[in-house]
Amino acid sequence: MADRREVLRLEGLRKSYNVGQPTEVEVLHGIDLRLDSADFAALVGPSGSGKSTLLNLIGLLDTPTAGELYLQGEATAHMDDEARTALRGRHIGFVFQFHHLIGAFTALENVLMPWMVANGRPTPEILERARGLLSDVGLARFADRRPDQLSGGQQQRVAIARALVTRPALLLADEPTGNLDTKTAAEVFDLLRRFNADYGCAVLVVTHDPRLSETCDRTITLVDGNIVSDERNRATAADA
Amino acid sequence: MWIEASIALRFLRQGRTQSLLILVGISVGVAVIVFVTALISGLQANVIDRTLGTQAHIRVEAPREVNRLARAGDGVLQLVLEDPRPQSLRPIDNWLEVRDVLDRLPGITAVSPLVSGPAFGRRGDAVESVALVGIDPPRYLRVIPLDAHMVEGQLRVGSGNVLVGRILADDLGLRLGGKLRLEAGDGRDAIVTIAGIFELGVRDLDSRYVYTDLKQAQSLLALPGGVTVIDLTVEKLFEADQLAARVRGLTGLQAESWMESNAQLMNALSSQSLSTRMISFFVAMSVALGIASVLAVSVAQRTREIGILRAMGTRRRQLLRVFLVQGAVLGLIGSAIGALAGLGLVWVFNRFGPGLFVIPLPPALIPAAMAIATIAGMGAALAPAWRASRLDPVEAIRG
Repeated sequence: MADRREVLRLEGLRKSYNVGQPTEVEVLHGIDLRLDSADFAALVGPSGSGKSTLLNLIGLLDTPTAGELYLQGEATAHMDDEARTALRGRHIGFVFQFHHLIGAFTALENVLMPWMVANGRPTPEILERARGLLSDVGLARFADRRPDQLSGGQQQRVAIARALVTRPALLLADEPTGNLDTKTAAEVFDLLRRFNADYGCAVLVVTHDPRLSETCDRTITLVDGNIVSDERNRATAADA
Repeated sequence: MWIEASIALRFLRQGRTQSLLILVGISVGVAVIVFVTALISGLQANVIDRTLGTQAHIRVEAPREVNRLARAGDGVLQLVLEDPRPQSLRPIDNWLEVRDVLDRLPGITAVSPLVSGPAFGRRGDAVESVALVGIDPPRYLRVIPLDAHMVEGQLRVGSGNVLVGRILADDLGLRLGGKLRLEAGDGRDAIVTIAGIFELGVRDLDSRYVYTDLKQAQSLLALPGGVTVIDLTVEKLFEADQLAARVRGLTGLQAESWMESNAQLMNALSSQSLSTRMISFFVAMSVALGIASVLAVSVAQRTREIGILRAMGTRRRQLLRVFLVQGAVLGLIGSAIGALAGLGLVWVFNRFGPGLFVIPLPPALIPAAMAIATIAGMGAALAPAWRASRLDPVEAIRG
């Protein structure tokens, strides 16, 4: 078991929209949360509870109205776009409901993309790592295919390999199995689990599917912008 | 920069139809600009060449004679009826010194003093009025390439030899070695030998000019040792008027540049240049707008991809560069094709056109057109690129 290390800490995180206008509305009311390496957590809650907003804040795609967010020990609330972008590229991997591969590039190039935008031309080592990830998701033979030549499940597996190529500390997945059939969804979920165990990267999955959230180690429930429960599901929780 | 360039090229290749269409647009635009510019500059060079083939760039003469009015005393109202003075043929004072000064003046490449005045040419019963021009051949040839216009005989003046124009020779029935009587009035006359016949291609000159040496013309026109005109050739054609002003100031003589004596031609030339520039400008403008709209559509189509690129750590300025590179690449490739097509048009014009004149290929035109098109492409890409770089990743990914 990988050692427990803090990856993410939220302190009193608030998010409001239309700040200063009559329509101002607060969707997150002071969230405190900590994720450690090797955590495999599900974020659940009814629609409109603020899950996506929270995920965007954690992913440094959006900025909180108040509170602080520490990623790998760095306070991020007051970073400029440039710094947040760099930190995001270094420490966070994303898997979205719709795969969002870049259509103009092959599967292998898509996997390499997060590394390439930060470092430029791929080195032999990173090429090897990307090919390894593709074969881990069972797509070694499809490295040179373009996204439109792959099935939905295959595309989502490429997206997972892509999210992991920079060895991020935190993997964020937003309904990663939302548009996949049950069997494919289970395979994708198994992959997330395996990478969590193999690389020790913290995984936070937003999902509606109770069957998936039950297989996570930890379930965080968000209702109306507040965390109403944060439970460890299994024996692994005892390690904390 | 490598990743930005690769993404840019992939995007262009993926949107193949759009890229090809806009490339055709850019090529046509650049071809038109290259062809029209070459055509007009060829035409203008040709016109100037023809005009200046028989004209000095600057003509220096003795100042005109004017009446000097005695100043009336204060409070006296003076009514004057002025009779303009006749302009007699007068030599330039101290022309040798003036010549030496002009020889050393930077920007002037040739100085040719000459004696010019009216006379009659008589053979038998036939009389023609002629313009007597006494020249110093080595100097004169550097101003007007008379040797290139000789059709018969040799360019030889002095010792009673003269050159006459083709039409004058026909009118008076002159042939090589034949005699001609020149009468300059007041009983001054001479019998000269036809050493050569020229054809400058200008009717007025071919029917009136008789070239002699300086000495012969001086004695016929009663200007011993004097010259009436100094012709100048300048290094930079379009600085002739500035140099003429300088010569005026320096010598106190009258100096007129070809630009002043051909004011209408100058006017026509500058109107042509202006319309060429306007055509080029508007063509370039529509090409740039074409690039901008293609890239704007591309940004709109790729909103999600841009969002995901941002999510995976692509910086704003990287995205900015991705789209600027696309604009530059479109401009560069389009202008390269367009420049080739423009050259093709020039070649076709020279080969199969009306053949009135040949369009030269200004070597700087092609790289200049390509450089401008590339920069214009980047400029056109600026707005779409800026928009791409400012997309909010959250909104973009949601689509």
